[in-house]
Amino acid sequence: MCLAIPVRIQDIEGSVAQVELGGVLREVSLILTPEAEVGDYVLVHTGFAINVLDEKEAQETLRLFAEMEEAAEGERALSVDTEGFDKTSGASPG
Amino acid sequence: MKYTDEYRDPGIARHLIEKIRKRSTHPISIMEFCGGHTHAIMRYGIRDVLAPHVEMLSGPGCPVCVTADVDIDRAVALAHLPDVTVATFGDMVRVPGTGSSLQEATAAGADVEIVYSALDALALARKDPERSVVMLGIGFETTAPTVAASLVEAQESGVDNYYVYALHKLTPPAMRGILDAGEVRIDAVLGPGHVTSITGWRAWEFLPREYGIPCAVSGFEPLDILQAVLDLVEAKEENSPRVDNTYSRGTKAEGNLVAKSLMKRVFRVSSALWRGLGEIPESGLALRPEYAAHDAKRLFDRLPPLGGGPSPEERGCRCGEVLRGMVTPPECPLFGKACTPARPIGPCMVSAEGACAAYYRYRSA
Amino acid sequence: MDKDIVTLAHGSGGEMGHALVRSIVDIFDDPILDELEDAALVPFDEQEGHCAGRIVFTTDSYVVRPLFFPGGDIGKLAVCGTINDLAMRGAVPLYLSAGFILEEGLPLADLKRIVASMGEVAHEAGVRIVTGDTKVVERGSADKMFLNTAGVGVVPPGVQISASSARPGDAILLSGAVGDHGLAIMTQREGLRFESSLRSDCAPLHTLVQAMLEASPHIHTLRDPTRGGLATTLNELAGQSGVGIRIEETSIPIHEPVRAASELLGLDPLYVANEGKLVAIVEAKDAQDVLRAMRAHPQGREAAIIGEVVDEHAGRVAMCTILGTHRLLDMLASEQLPRIC
Repeated sequence: MCLAIPVRIQDIEGSVAQVELGGVLREVSLILTPEAEVGDYVLVHTGFAINVLDEKEAQETLRLFAEMEEAAEGERALSVDTEGFDKTSGASPG
Repeated sequence: MKYTDEYRDPGIARHLIEKIRKRSTHPISIMEFCGGHTHAIMRYGIRDVLAPHVEMLSGPGCPVCVTADVDIDRAVALAHLPDVTVATFGDMVRVPGTGSSLQEATAAGADVEIVYSALDALALARKDPERSVVMLGIGFETTAPTVAASLVEAQESGVDNYYVYALHKLTPPAMRGILDAGEVRIDAVLGPGHVTSITGWRAWEFLPREYGIPCAVSGFEPLDILQAVLDLVEAKEENSPRVDNTYSRGTKAEGNLVAKSLMKRVFRVSSALWRGLGEIPESGLALRPEYAAHDAKRLFDRLPPLGGGPSPEERGCRCGEVLRGMVTPPECPLFGKACTPARPIGPCMVSAEGACAAYYRYRSA
Repeated sequence: MDKDIVTLAHGSGGEMGHALVRSIVDIFDDPILDELEDAALVPFDEQEGHCAGRIVFTTDSYVVRPLFFPGGDIGKLAVCGTINDLAMRGAVPLYLSAGFILEEGLPLADLKRIVASMGEVAHEAGVRIVTGDTKVVERGSADKMFLNTAGVGVVPPGVQISASSARPGDAILLSGAVGDHGLAIMTQREGLRFESSLRSDCAPLHTLVQAMLEASPHIHTLRDPTRGGLATTLNELAGQSGVGIRIEETSIPIHEPVRAASELLGLDPLYVANEGKLVAIVEAKDAQDVLRAMRAHPQGREAAIIGEVVDEHAGRVAMCTILGTHRLLDMLASEQLPRIC
């Protein structure tokens, strides 16, 4: 459950932040994340920031993905196996 | 959208899928606890590309789906009281109880407002002091602190006509309930990232410790889910059950302490009735006596006798078994026939997160 | 005060009613409407080619809350919507009617602003509003204003456009980004409190269609993906033509604020209404010519080929997702609501 999406804090007044995502602005409550600062990305759920996104961790995850891609590109030269991925799948749950 | 689009990269997704296939020597069955994961897995067509190596089972992590009939009937009855407005997240309005849904009640004259946030419901109460505004407090650990925050603000600013109908549920007890029932083989658990944002990933340590089952806490983008599945496959292949936090940008070991303490201040742990799972001890949240003035239960003695119609289960609905991972939605005889998103019988077909709706909407071509 | 809002007296047929009608007629400023006859007598040979064509005739009713929204209002929506219904058969739109159902209490200034907006769009589109009607209903019997517009147009000889004409092998084109209208309206609603640059895409499409027909007179199918969005329209076309449709998710243009608002509210932009977009199905060999013509037109700058008509899975729409996997794209089951989970 729990739709939450990272948005950037543009401005803070008291416990209310103005956040931005793709040109859409909304006020969200910082009651649950008093440590949040302008410029931080926060995860927003039902109008509340529920966590400050850890950008260092986010970058680290992306770096590991990139490394993996490089390694896989190397391996790919030896074997090609994308079976079933680019074709319409035959198995239908419905 | 920064920190969202990067985690939808098709090239990296392909590598992760290849790795999962290579690494997996035994079929593994993973329960995605959370309906948000079910939705994403279907939206991105992940289920089919993982089979047959990995079987994904949908769990009970859709708060709308697990809300019991009787609670929906009571919400509908509240909305019919002449001076009461029921405020709810959009997810709830089409869910049928034994009588009507909130949406059908609106057509019959009941006052139901869809809100995006509990604070919006509080604003409704402020705007019209003559009416009682009842916020339906649905949702798990992620949503409960937000509703708690609205109650604290209502009390501090003296908004006496703001009430909460606390139907919040806690996720670890439900996971235990399913494992203890032993009706379905679960080799590993995909942990709900946003619940864990609040609880912290230590909340899932009981899975490897007590049940020998690995858990990977996952975000909701396709790369998050695939990485978590890969971790679970590896944990299983290595026979080393553990909690992996693959959503390190959004969750920490201890979670959000401010949110947890706010939740504790307003709610106490209680037993709760789950659709499909029945009564589970210590799996719900009720308002503490200090907030009794805002408890929608105060209005219950004004309600007429509830119910009367057949429950979805009595009409052949197997949502309960779907929620426990015992059957996949297409195995229900009503699926796609008597029960569709346009004419849902059970809640799993209503909620966008419901396993049935997700299966129906995103079935493969 | 009475002079500033619509009252039941405005609907009585008496002096006030006449004055109201007069003020609307004056804004539209059309000599045929000005005659105030019970029915408009319209010339049919005014422009060349009309007599040789076939008449298309359509009607649609409009209810929208709020009446005014970024990028338009109910009046502009009605005129554009009716022009577009005519254009989707390849017609040159000629004449419109305007039927107003007004709720007692509606500010007259709002009414005039909406009428002026209708007049402006019709004038720009070269379409004449030649007949109309007003009714006033008691407070609570309507939501401020309902609007019905009917339209007449003429289809040039040789043009055969129908929802049932899509054939396997055809290319599917989309005239621009989807979701703007529905999200512009939803984010305006009370309770959501979003601010954004989102604007309705509400626009008349008949000149775009004419430009496309010049590139290829053999366009098979046109439809504007309004309520239910692109996904629903594609399903309708697959059903009516008895063919399968396959599209590529990555080829569908979606503006950034639409994507963002959709993520925040838990909506799927493929199911959100558009009011200034069209889907065209054309023979594959004509696709590039039609696409070029679309991109050269102001309403088609972001046009794209989004998929193809196929033999398989008749009546259904399959989508290749951004990950390269495949899934079915269904009709909209019921109106999308903001969700938390």
